[in-house]
Amino acid sequence: MRLIFEPGFFSNAPVHTAFVIGAVSAIVSGIVGVVTVVRGQSFAGHALTDVATTGGAGASLWGISPLLGFIGAGVFGAGAMDLAGVQRARGRDLATGIVLGAATGLSALFLYLDTTRSASTGVTQQILFGSIFTLDPSMIPLVVVLSVVTLALISWIYRPLLLSSLSAELASARGVRVRGVGLLFMFALAISVGLSSIAIGSVLSTALLIGPAATSLRLTKNVRNALVLACVLGVVSTWLGVLFAYDSYYWNPSSRGLPVSFFIVAIIFLSYLVSGTPLIRRVIARRVDAGRSSARSARVTTSRAEEVV
Amino acid sequence: MFSGFMVNAWLISTVVAIIAGVVGFFVVLRGSSFQAHAIPNGAFAGAAGANLIGVNPLIGLGVFSLGAALSIGRLSRRGRSDVVTALALVMMLALGAAFISQSTQYEPQIFSLLFGEILGVSTGQLLPVVILGLVCITAVAVLYRRLLLTSIAPEIAASQGLRPERIETAFLIVIACATTMTVPVVGALLIFTLMIGPPAAARCFSNRPEVALALSVVIALVTVWASLACSFSTNWPVGFFVGAFSATWFALGMAYAAWRRSRRSPRELGART
Repeated sequence: MRLIFEPGFFSNAPVHTAFVIGAVSAIVSGIVGVVTVVRGQSFAGHALTDVATTGGAGASLWGISPLLGFIGAGVFGAGAMDLAGVQRARGRDLATGIVLGAATGLSALFLYLDTTRSASTGVTQQILFGSIFTLDPSMIPLVVVLSVVTLALISWIYRPLLLSSLSAELASARGVRVRGVGLLFMFALAISVGLSSIAIGSVLSTALLIGPAATSLRLTKNVRNALVLACVLGVVSTWLGVLFAYDSYYWNPSSRGLPVSFFIVAIIFLSYLVSGTPLIRRVIARRVDAGRSSARSARVTTSRAEEVV
Repeated sequence: MFSGFMVNAWLISTVVAIIAGVVGFFVVLRGSSFQAHAIPNGAFAGAAGANLIGVNPLIGLGVFSLGAALSIGRLSRRGRSDVVTALALVMMLALGAAFISQSTQYEPQIFSLLFGEILGVSTGQLLPVVILGLVCITAVAVLYRRLLLTSIAPEIAASQGLRPERIETAFLIVIACATTMTVPVVGALLIFTLMIGPPAAARCFSNRPEVALALSVVIALVTVWASLACSFSTNWPVGFFVGAFSATWFALGMAYAAWRRSRRSPRELGART
């Protein structure tokens, strides 16, 4: 036991906070992430972290609550992306890029004004990489409430959202307002990304949004299973990462640990690579074939997303 | 405004605008905005790593941007390219975080790699940028027809025996090449903005590839020059003006395209009936 858990791991308050916030972020990101990957909006999911960061920098400039800045800018950016975006996927990426460019320009200005007014150092690094260990525990209730709001929004539009992601024509033929559903999803994405980037940093936010979702969509073709699997993968990677980062302070004699984000991202990245190896692919293909030949194959519904992976 | 250190700034920004205008045109045409964002952004981790082991940061930047281009190209054959790009980006950034945590004095350099220090360019930095810029433009000229064909008409390209995944990897290498040299000078964020905004606007103004390509370079040049002038007189960061002007150009382009559509459509309807 002592080999795995270095002394003080379970009694350390920052570790407790990191466990709770990390798990909440991983679950929300996992669920929103599966839809993001199915819709092919990874770029928007990543860009919104930078847009939210701009809001954070602006908020610290005007003395507003940073959380408000993060989420406000994210929602505003999501609206701007939808407004500038042509509805085709390619145009959408372009619109995302334009909004991202404008936001990072603003970010440069805010950070410049910040550093000229107060000689705060470390602000760039803090915003980029965040740190799950330096979180204020008083933020937990607010993070949980906003996560519940996001999940409620997603579950409210779940069916039309999935249908319009898989086939926009079919959805609009059934009377789904594809554009409105897409916009609502962008807002949910913005809230979840803003939340996770203030809680765990923008790098981890993207990693937890895309990684577990993409891995689980490779492992199962059923979207419902993928949702559960993405949450599990996200939480496990986060907790393992926190554990390794805590332990890493003891690995090196100079006692300079490696950052949590590094471990979490490395675990997520490796699991994505492993899920694509020929061996795993063959095992899944066999299982899917077996499933097809059985009676279950009759139950082919919209929840099957064959072309997703 | 045109003396001393500003001379180098004007020269380098001109070179960078031409590279961004040409390479960016294909970034927009092929819908590779995410890759164009991820490669320069992730490459800065390479500079952090080079800093840690005491090598020239340019080598680190080169290795990481090339590595990113190759791995995105390779992994995209098996998975969705936007997912692969996102994961490659966060992996590189996380490596960067690990490198930075092991060194002590890096904060100002991160800021300059992200946002650039175009006003602090030395004469020695000029030549490598010009050379690499020429390499990029030559590569685009050689690949021109193939790039155009695989992005506009993939079916025709396939029928001519072109392999799209190879062209894609080659193009990603061009992006890596373009960013390695420009990132230390103008910053990862600025080069991305320049590769997206002006070419996107140019495409709205013209449907003919040659015209749009030339327009893209012109708009990029105007954007950079105007940004430098504004930055010089207000003392605000160049990146802010480049971002703002690029978004303005795109908005103008969208408005123009919408106006042209609305003017043309009644006549087209008349021709059809």
